[in-house]
Amino acid sequence: MAEKSGADILVECLIDLGVEVVFGYPGGAVLPIYDALFNHPKIRHVLVRHEQGATHMAEGYARSTGKPGVVLVTSGPGATNAVTGITDALMDSIPMVVITGQVPTQLIGTDAFQEADTIGITRHCSKHNYLVKSPAKLAGVVHEAFHIATTGRPGPVVVDIPKNVQIATAPYEKPETFEHASYRPQIKADAGAIASAVEMLAAAERPIFYTGGGVINSGPEASELLREIAALTGAPVTSTLMGLGAFPASSDQWIGMLGMHGTYEANWAMNKADLIVCVGARFDDRVTGRLDAFAPFAQKIHIDIDRSSINKTVEVDLPIVADVASALSDMIALWKDRGHKAADLTEWWARIDGWRARNSLAYPESGEEIMPQEAIAQLYRASRSAKDVIITTEVGQHQMWAAQHFGFDEPNKWLTSGGLGTMGYGFPAAIGAQVGNPDSLVVCVAGDASIQMNIQEMGTASQYRLPVKIFILNNEYMGMVRQWQELTYESRYSNSYSDSLPDFVKLAEAYGWTGIRIEGPQELEAGIAQMIDTPGPVLVDCRVAKLSNCFPMIPSGAAHTDMLLDPSQVEGIMSDEAKALV
Amino acid sequence: MHIQEEYSERHVLSLTVSNEAGILARIAGLFTARGYNIDSLTVADITPDHAISRITIVTSGPPKVIDQIIAQLDRLVPVHKVTDLTDNGPFVERELALVKVAGVGEDRIEALRLADVFRAKVVDTTIESFIFEITGTTDKIDNFIGLMRQIGLVEVGRTGVVGLIRGKEPN
Ligand SMILES: Cc1ncc(C[n+]2csc(CCOP(=O)(O)OP(=O)(O)O)c2C)c(N)n1
Ligand SMILES: [Mg+2]
Repeated sequence: MAEKSGADILVECLIDLGVEVVFGYPGGAVLPIYDALFNHPKIRHVLVRHEQGATHMAEGYARSTGKPGVVLVTSGPGATNAVTGITDALMDSIPMVVITGQVPTQLIGTDAFQEADTIGITRHCSKHNYLVKSPAKLAGVVHEAFHIATTGRPGPVVVDIPKNVQIATAPYEKPETFEHASYRPQIKADAGAIASAVEMLAAAERPIFYTGGGVINSGPEASELLREIAALTGAPVTSTLMGLGAFPASSDQWIGMLGMHGTYEANWAMNKADLIVCVGARFDDRVTGRLDAFAPFAQKIHIDIDRSSINKTVEVDLPIVADVASALSDMIALWKDRGHKAADLTEWWARIDGWRARNSLAYPESGEEIMPQEAIAQLYRASRSAKDVIITTEVGQHQMWAAQHFGFDEPNKWLTSGGLGTMGYGFPAAIGAQVGNPDSLVVCVAGDASIQMNIQEMGTASQYRLPVKIFILNNEYMGMVRQWQELTYESRYSNSYSDSLPDFVKLAEAYGWTGIRIEGPQELEAGIAQMIDTPGPVLVDCRVAKLSNCFPMIPSGAAHTDMLLDPSQVEGIMSDEAKALV
Repeated sequence: MHIQEEYSERHVLSLTVSNEAGILARIAGLFTARGYNIDSLTVADITPDHAISRITIVTSGPPKVIDQIIAQLDRLVPVHKVTDLTDNGPFVERELALVKVAGVGEDRIEALRLADVFRAKVVDTTIESFIFEITGTTDKIDNFIGLMRQIGLVEVGRTGVVGLIRGKEPN
């Protein structure tokens, strides 16, 4: 068989694996791969401005399309710049394959120019990683890398390829489908566990579905099945930040997001429930609040494909290790088989409606200034008439307001950095989502501070004519930091003021974008409409009330029932024990 | 504010893993990254083709953390199987130590006498010293070393624990 260079083998593998787009940035140690790409126009390469941008673009692409995101960067600084995005993808379980160049094998370990121990650095922030030392091994590794990134609990996989391995030759044949020797994610649930789950669900008087990003990762079928099992049981549904959209916000059974900035009804329902069915979520500290006060009356069922998520923080009564779609479909089939009918949950719903009536997402009116919550609500109203809408966010108050005030009815439309909370995620993620969904309206809801962390990617959007919209809720503060300082440190605003902000409108124009400034409530509706209607990329500098706080809020270390609903409940100081929590 | 210590118990974990570069670093790194304890760790390949290694880890922590350690180890891609020997009925655990003891006259005789009781073998001798080889449980070796310390312990080398379940492997 004719031999091919490692670089050509890599590119052929990518084509065989159905890869359509690679987000990357060239450098010495990947020049052979760039040359191979030059000859394979089938694969689209999106040239970024900073490697962190490439990783978040790949994440945005992956989360909005369900396909793995692919990144290509050079050795040394290229690889280290990618580390934040790799960690972000690990924390949020996003399928991603990162190909890094490495110095030639004979130079590894010599502190060669642009050498970094990429495998060592990424060992604990990737799902798995490989150093490929021979071109004959490359195809097997690349196919395995995609298999591991996309199956089980998805995550980032790093493939480090020394430059001489890219040039040396070996035969290439598309590998047959294979069984991995040790890696076998459990897809199908134990039948006994499914039966117990169905009986617990049928017997519950105050059941609740607590759903997470795992439902979305499991694929669109899982969201359909979640709707079906919710309809069959009549139980309320809440979700983590990561899971928004898996269950329609427009449903009567939807009671909003839970956790630190979740709704009053969602957190109280978790507290008073007698059965919690956790579906593809992981009892994160932002969700549980104080652990010893978490859901004291509930039996807990936990469906998760990752066994290490089970009993990690909260002990559950019935663990089900399985893919969400598979487990839900088994449960639904058995529920129907056994002829179960939805229990009478009238009393439970009456209590939930009582909590709902507190209207915990209400916010004070302000005649002069734009309330940030109102800006999101208006964006939601305006974009409902638009075609398909994808929202990404940066990290901070604006992220939580977007989660609270924008309603998602479908999965894969809400992209936010939940686990790592990475400022600088949202804008590149929007670019990646737009690449994967050219006809969608993709809006990055940003903060004035976060947007500056990867603002250089404006050039990428211009270059590829990507009509992304950046909607900055500009409060001239790192608002979330300021809010915590107000709550915890008697309003000593140490280094949380966004001084020396650029003129965002002029910046937009400098990159060939349209820039819009919205300064007061009377400009809000028209400004948002203009953003949506303007073709091409648009940046909106929406000036909002500077000192608004995000409520409701469960301060860290507090119980669900100790929720703060408005500023009047804030004392401004905290015990050292509470301060010491994240 | 003070940081509380938690109750912890000792567990012997036995892993089979693919014998590939970096596997030991991956496992050791998992323990450091997540703040778990390693009391001892041994590794050697166990199949004729050198494809599989057995790693025996002695760790300690609260029961919940031990559960997590097992789940986290099991999640590593090259790990085939994790067995908690401590939790799976009777098992055999052994450790080997080389113990160098110096002394003359009565001390020398006492060292030999003790070695006999512990069934330690003399593997090297000079006029002023012995090296004993001893195998047994960690406790037994600890005791032997404790006694030798009173006589004239010079140096100790220990392998760490290896262990296997007795009788048939459970599934
Ligand atoms: C990379 C990174 N650094 C620091 C933080 C800590 N942090 C969380 S929110 C926040 C402020 C964000 O400010 P802005 O983007 O203006 O959003 P706002 O809260 O004002 O809506 C900071 C600094 C972070 N999440 N990510
Ligand atoms: Mg801000």
